[in-house]
Amino acid sequence: MKIYVPMDSAAKALGAEEIVAALRAAAPYAQIIRTGSRGMIWLEPLVEVEIDGIRHGFGPAEPEDVAGILNGTSAKALGPVESLDWMKRQTRLTFARVGVIDPLSLADYEAHGGLVGLRRALNMTGQQIVDEVKTSGLRGRGGAGFPTGIKWQTVHDADGPQKYIVCNADEGDSGTFADRMVMEGDPFTLIEGMAIAGLGVGATRGYVYLRSEYPDAIKVMRRAVELARAAGVLGCDVLGSGRTFDMEIRVGAGAYVCGEETSLLNSLEGKRGVVRSKPPLPALEGFLGRPTVVNNVISLATVPVIFERGAQVYADFGLGRSRGTVTLQIAGNVARGGLFETAFGISLDEVVNELGGGTATGRPVKAVQVGGPLGSYLPVSKFAAKLGYEELDSEGGLLGHAGLVVFDDRTDMLGMARFAMEFCAVESCGKCTPCRIGAVRGVETIDRIAQGDVDAVPLLTDLCATMKDGSLCALGGFTPLPVMSALTHFPDDFARAKEAAE
Amino acid sequence: MTQSNTSDTDQIDRIIAAHSALEGPLLPILHALQDAFGHVPVTAHAPICDALNISKAELHGVISFYHDFRDTPAGRHVVKICRAEACQAMGGAALAESVLAKLGLDWHGTTANGAVTIEPVYCLGLCACAPAAMVDNRVVGRVNATKLDKLLAEVGA
Repeated sequence: MKIYVPMDSAAKALGAEEIVAALRAAAPYAQIIRTGSRGMIWLEPLVEVEIDGIRHGFGPAEPEDVAGILNGTSAKALGPVESLDWMKRQTRLTFARVGVIDPLSLADYEAHGGLVGLRRALNMTGQQIVDEVKTSGLRGRGGAGFPTGIKWQTVHDADGPQKYIVCNADEGDSGTFADRMVMEGDPFTLIEGMAIAGLGVGATRGYVYLRSEYPDAIKVMRRAVELARAAGVLGCDVLGSGRTFDMEIRVGAGAYVCGEETSLLNSLEGKRGVVRSKPPLPALEGFLGRPTVVNNVISLATVPVIFERGAQVYADFGLGRSRGTVTLQIAGNVARGGLFETAFGISLDEVVNELGGGTATGRPVKAVQVGGPLGSYLPVSKFAAKLGYEELDSEGGLLGHAGLVVFDDRTDMLGMARFAMEFCAVESCGKCTPCRIGAVRGVETIDRIAQGDVDAVPLLTDLCATMKDGSLCALGGFTPLPVMSALTHFPDDFARAKEAAE
Repeated sequence: MTQSNTSDTDQIDRIIAAHSALEGPLLPILHALQDAFGHVPVTAHAPICDALNISKAELHGVISFYHDFRDTPAGRHVVKICRAEACQAMGGAALAESVLAKLGLDWHGTTANGAVTIEPVYCLGLCACAPAAMVDNRVVGRVNATKLDKLLAEVGA
């Protein structure tokens, strides 16, 4: 009997280890395979039992459900997992293997299309590799949406005694967990993507800068790198080609701003995670002043499937200039939260109401924050918006890393705006004044509004304009987005105190 | 006492030596020291500066920049409660406030018996099963007051 139980940290956080213990006790001879998560977090821990070669799901499982799961009488039976609506509606390219394979089995990885892309890349020139990425239309999934192929071209064309591939795994945005899920559920795809990037631009060394808040992902990635090295996927003779690429996992130290690429590079070098001015671009003067590709986890983890299936196949998905798939992370106060990979172009309404099933509390949705703590709060009136980089931008939003946090009608939007400023004040690296001082003044100004001081509203608007235009990086530059969107779309929450004062 | 100091010094030297060949060795050294001692001991400062050829000011700048590094040990267990937006959407803020009030602590505070330090954290990537917390390195989702009380009792708060 084959039983699959996720070891993804969301599954663990909901009791997967207790389920495994109960299964071991009740069925000592069953083969229990640990996997990543399918992304249906509301069903975690999701136990899958293989029946006639088809995996049947049971969830959300609790230890007392184990007997029923084993004898097939459980009320938690969901039927074949692949036939569930949530799974069927997706286009899983980056996440094709996540939840399916044992994350630390290279054999499983290869059996499901792994290393095909790398083998193909080994027969291509650097320029051909870069061109393939350009054709795919892949854009940086970390949030900025910069074309990955163009970035690679710059590093490819740069001269340097040593070039680097740096993976930004400092996924600090609330509402995002796609990086974590892919690292815990399919670490070899990130390794393969980084190796292909290395071959493309002529870099022989790579680093994953992984946040310390993800202890499980750190453990899985470290082990995967060891396994890949032992199997000759990494090292001085990548898959017997005579080419070199090796990489290391580095752990961050709890600074949100290190998700900004130049601050990340400083941190990786062992300095304060202070933002650098650009130019010079990291592509030309990055890690230790050398040409460096800095890409997000999802961008790099998507590279293998592009090389496996061909760039055009990938580019055929999507909307406008947003090609391929987007890995939506549906979170917060939502009935069905999780990861959903689909072609760009799906509407906010479909995501929140149809897929997410509305709020978890059953109350009306008030707002959705798209794109992390630096993204806008969008009201229900904006729900027709399509999820694409330009499409959301034109609605005053930011797709960012494609995390969506749902809030119900009890949310105080003034409080959320204040939190955005408070967070910016806590996490500011301190280099530029608009962010360092502006965030502190922002908290004070919002407190004045809360006390009924209407004169503070134009002051807040002015302050936000200064932060937006004057900050060095996205932290100070985009904190005005949640603040101003809350003020614009939910003016009542900012006027309540005034009414009370009168 | 002298003996333990000598062995601490040895261990500090070993940790520094084990990492000094890395590119950008400082964060790995600080993490390794904190793993070994529960904090970055002040006695390690001079040897780090010597090994990496950096000034005391630079080292202080780095240690104080990052939330993770401590100059004194935390409680025996560290409970991190997420304060970020997705957890707030599920009542995380009220939950955190009630825990702090019950324990009579502020953020970063340690219970009088030295058992538990409560830290804020901005996102554990468990945003679809919010609110979330982490006890040492063990993650917990859909935390409520009862669950958190039980966890705190387990670690002796």
